[in-house]
Amino acid sequence: MKVTLTANGSEVAAEVEDRTLLVHFLRDAAGLTATNVGCDTSSCGACTVLLDGRSVKSCTVLAAQADGGEITTVEGLAAPDGEMHPVQTAFRAEHALQCGFCTPGMVMAVVSLLAENPDPTEDDVRTALEGNLCRCTGYHNIVRAVLAAASGRRPS
Amino acid sequence: MIPAPFTYTRAASVDEALELAVQGGEDAKFLAGGHSLLPLMKLRLAVPETLIDIGRIGELSYIAEQDGHIVIGALTSHDAVARSGLLGSELPLLAHAAGQVGDPQVRHRGTIGGSLAHADPAADLPAVILALGATLVTRGASGSREIPAGDFFLDLFETALRPGELLTEIRIPKPHVTGWSYQKFTKRGIDWAIVGVAVQGGSVTLVNMGSTPLRAGAVERAVAAGSELRDAAAHAAEGTSPPDDLNGGRAYREHLARVLVARGLEEARSRS
Repeated sequence: MKVTLTANGSEVAAEVEDRTLLVHFLRDAAGLTATNVGCDTSSCGACTVLLDGRSVKSCTVLAAQADGGEITTVEGLAAPDGEMHPVQTAFRAEHALQCGFCTPGMVMAVVSLLAENPDPTEDDVRTALEGNLCRCTGYHNIVRAVLAAASGRRPS
Repeated sequence: MIPAPFTYTRAASVDEALELAVQGGEDAKFLAGGHSLLPLMKLRLAVPETLIDIGRIGELSYIAEQDGHIVIGALTSHDAVARSGLLGSELPLLAHAAGQVGDPQVRHRGTIGGSLAHADPAADLPAVILALGATLVTRGASGSREIPAGDFFLDLFETALRPGELLTEIRIPKPHVTGWSYQKFTKRGIDWAIVGVAVQGGSVTLVNMGSTPLRAGAVERAVAAGSELRDAAAHAAEGTSPPDDLNGGRAYREHLARVLVARGLEEARSRS
């Protein structure tokens, strides 16, 4: 079937098998390879992207289900001039990554969290990220980065 | 991992979904959020020839008050149920339990109707709607039916839904007794319950203690007869047949059921 969606502001159309998963559509048809396939069982969250503004695990969504939708991957977060998104800046400042494999999904889950809850407590952050696994176990710095990104948005 | 090949179709309305189901025959499945079905399809535990995507049928996504009942469209997401102000005040047990399903990403996609129709005995919501005395409203080729929650869950992944019949609405009476509790025991946040307990007033139900959600009838009778809550909870495992798997043996689950029912009854009383 033909799937047409908007990925990071650009329209992408491709003829794919009905069973194509969104993550494979993004990587293979749209060429957006930052989003990783991790566990492939909707547990680890490495494939998290935004579908119409909300975080989803793109290994458990059919490309056909996202037809006509608006997708944001980590490649689409920075401003056109290259200035990083506040969550990306905070991840770098707080050293919230080690091997980096979970990072694209982790960052997108955080963007979705802060859209729903701009002023989370540490507990809120840990609960909201329960669907994203970091096998390096770098959670402390990740949580610190989320809180830093959130506080950076508050008027001082 | 990708599913075996299938034909994808999309319905824009309930009528169209029912029509596509007739055309698809026995090997067609409705696809809502897909968070139960797609993982099973990847593992080849489900191999439908046709998927009927009902995810965009807007008429089935709502939460409203109607004649002393709360009515919820089957395609309402777990996230919408968990965040609903109406449910937070009228059915806090359901709102809280919906917020315990999976993780935020899963709750954005997963739907209440999908979870109930899938009928996983380890899922949170089947036991919750059983405790709440809900009625499930369906539509099929031969018309509409109303099925009490107690008659809906027949066996492991098996419900009273007939082939081609679509769950459209969950209708829940407003509880008379306000005390409630949901106890979910897991090893990790995103896991299914090893054992779970839902309490609403004098109604007590169990998650993952058999092939369907179960009513803890002996506990309910003991509470109604005025037993101490701890004594009533000692009956929690009576009449159950919990699974024996890597997460826990039968005796462990029976013990958990007694402990969690005691906690649930105490928490519910503290809230009434």
